[in-house]
Amino acid sequence: MKRRDFLKGALAGGALLASGSPAQARPNKTMPPEAVGLLYDSTLCIGCKACVAACKESNGMPPEFSTAEQYWDTPLDISGKTLNVIKMYKEGSGEIKDSEKNGYAFMKVSCLHCVDPSCVSACPVSAMTKDPVNGIVSYDKGACIGCRYCVAACPFGVPRFQYDRPFPQITKCQLCKHRMEEGKYAACAEVCPTGATLFGKVSDLHAEAKRRLALKPGEDTEFPRGNLTTHDQSSFPAKAAKYLPQIYGDKELGGTQMIKLSAVPFEKLGMPTLPERSYASVSETMQHTLYGGLVLPLVFLGGLTYIAKRNVKNDDDNDEQH
Amino acid sequence: MSENKVASSENIVMLENRLGISRRSFLQLCAAMAASMGLPPGADAAIAEAVASKKRPSVIWLHFQECTGCTESLLRAEHPTLEKLILDVISLDYHETLFAAAGHQVEAARLLAMKENKGKYLLVVEGAIPTKDKGIYCKIGGQTAIDMLKECAADAAAVVAIGSCSSWGGMPSTGPNPTGSSSAGEVLGKVIPNIPGCPPNPYNFLSTVVHFLTFGKLPEVDQLGRPKFAYSRLIHENCERRAHFDAGRFAMEFGDEGHRKGYCLYKLGCKGPETYANCPSILFGDVGNASWPVGTGHPCIGCTEKGIGFTKPIHALADLKNVVPPLGFPRIVEEQGSGATIASVAVVAAAAGAAVGAAAAMAKNLGQVTVPPPEKSDKTEGKTKTERAEP
Repeated sequence: MKRRDFLKGALAGGALLASGSPAQARPNKTMPPEAVGLLYDSTLCIGCKACVAACKESNGMPPEFSTAEQYWDTPLDISGKTLNVIKMYKEGSGEIKDSEKNGYAFMKVSCLHCVDPSCVSACPVSAMTKDPVNGIVSYDKGACIGCRYCVAACPFGVPRFQYDRPFPQITKCQLCKHRMEEGKYAACAEVCPTGATLFGKVSDLHAEAKRRLALKPGEDTEFPRGNLTTHDQSSFPAKAAKYLPQIYGDKELGGTQMIKLSAVPFEKLGMPTLPERSYASVSETMQHTLYGGLVLPLVFLGGLTYIAKRNVKNDDDNDEQH
Repeated sequence: MSENKVASSENIVMLENRLGISRRSFLQLCAAMAASMGLPPGADAAIAEAVASKKRPSVIWLHFQECTGCTESLLRAEHPTLEKLILDVISLDYHETLFAAAGHQVEAARLLAMKENKGKYLLVVEGAIPTKDKGIYCKIGGQTAIDMLKECAADAAAVVAIGSCSSWGGMPSTGPNPTGSSSAGEVLGKVIPNIPGCPPNPYNFLSTVVHFLTFGKLPEVDQLGRPKFAYSRLIHENCERRAHFDAGRFAMEFGDEGHRKGYCLYKLGCKGPETYANCPSILFGDVGNASWPVGTGHPCIGCTEKGIGFTKPIHALADLKNVVPPLGFPRIVEEQGSGATIASVAVVAAAAGAAVGAAAAMAKNLGQVTVPPPEKSDKTEGKTKTERAEP
């Protein structure tokens, strides 16, 4: 085949494929119909770490030590052994709860169960999946190839890899889906003494979060505990805190199924400020544009071939001349 | 020294006769007092000496807006012969509940005791003092509580408030507080030593009195006037159910499985995490294990603490006072792994140095083979070698 014919054919084929699959920008995914999640209210958290202990017990995770004497489970962060941890913000004298200056505040670190999760998008196999009904982002160790793309992709640093195991897995909060099969719900919410971690349908959690934000600071109110949708536990009276007018997880990267309230700016509590468009939609749009119908790769390959062919000296002719 | 010993043992023998208790149980009591105040070894001997030899101090005990629960709990201290001891060790010159006499006779006894022991007597106040409408809501012998307290406090060696009512207002001062109930300290306009509780533990009171008797001054107190030996720690810190709290095991309602198993009562509204008192370590009533509210399965109501006891609803949750940072929480950004040690830096530097040296040596060698001996190298080999060395 002549070079000219090849290039003609390549262009024609590319145009044909391109017309068949026009590249489109993918929008953010939407909340699954029966989405469940958690509402974490930093102002209610007393730092008892009951959720950390309950999480370990329910998920069969080993203790993790960060002190010289290994008596208590003292994880410093989520890891291959820890799915949930309570962290502390402290500034100045650190005496006033929920104060940015000279105060302290708590933050729960665990999977936020994004509506449009980066980890699921990045997973080259089907090890990371998002349930189409309840929206739980879960992990299948049988499908995992250990590439750790999910670890790198998550903007919250949630999936962790068991580097110290001979047969490592990815670990992350799966919202106690194994307990849901037994009719229970997330252990961290069930055990939380103040309802700082509340389980329920995402729509109910959003309504509750909005109700709290509408309260005046110091106003008497009732705070539910346990499961917001079934009301399995009693509520308790307390005064509303001086909330920031923001529900973290409402808009961030297209929303998350775990939402958070706080009186201290979220940036200070380790929760990054994020755009409304999900990273998954951006990267998938880019990738599907670049690789859609393999048009651009073929064009690129054609170009490369052309350049290569033009630059190659006709060595055979030279040899014949010798 | 030996004379002192002889004198003190003689005193103790006299005390045995006077109180009708054995030497052994008396010394045991003194040791218990010293221990509950956290006094150093040897203090028990000093206490024994003081109780046995010193003149019994005069005590005037006033009752105002109260239920007499403090007196009742003191009388029911079941330590062997304690009521005998307290009645004989101190000279209780005025106490409305315990007096056989009544009326003007009693008031005369009070005034006489105050006159005879001017500047030396101990004044104990039980109950809150109504201050509204010039204090007309509590009168004794026609005298208002405010006047009586001020009169008695003027010449007292020390004033001690017993119970939450006289310590910080207690139950009578709870809103709407129609009589303007106030603490003894508020009426006297100063911080006075106080033993809050509803009722307070009798041994906290007795230890304070015995400290006064032994050392001539009251024990060290905090900024609210509470003896530090009894009120410097949160109930939560020494609670027998604390392990359940840390493990997240809570009783959800009275009588449920967790409640029967003795789980933490925080979710039922236990105020232990915001209440300072020694209840879990000293217990009540001398009947052994679990003889205190949380031990019996009821959440602490925070009776010793102003703004909590009788103010906060029983089912409202406590604020944790002991989590004020930095007590064992990972920071928001937690640096993990330690920095490079000197040894590891040295190893890495040595490896890097060796690599640089080897590279230099190799480059030098490569330069040397740029002109290979033509007879030994074939065509292609010589060509590639030359090409490699060119750059």
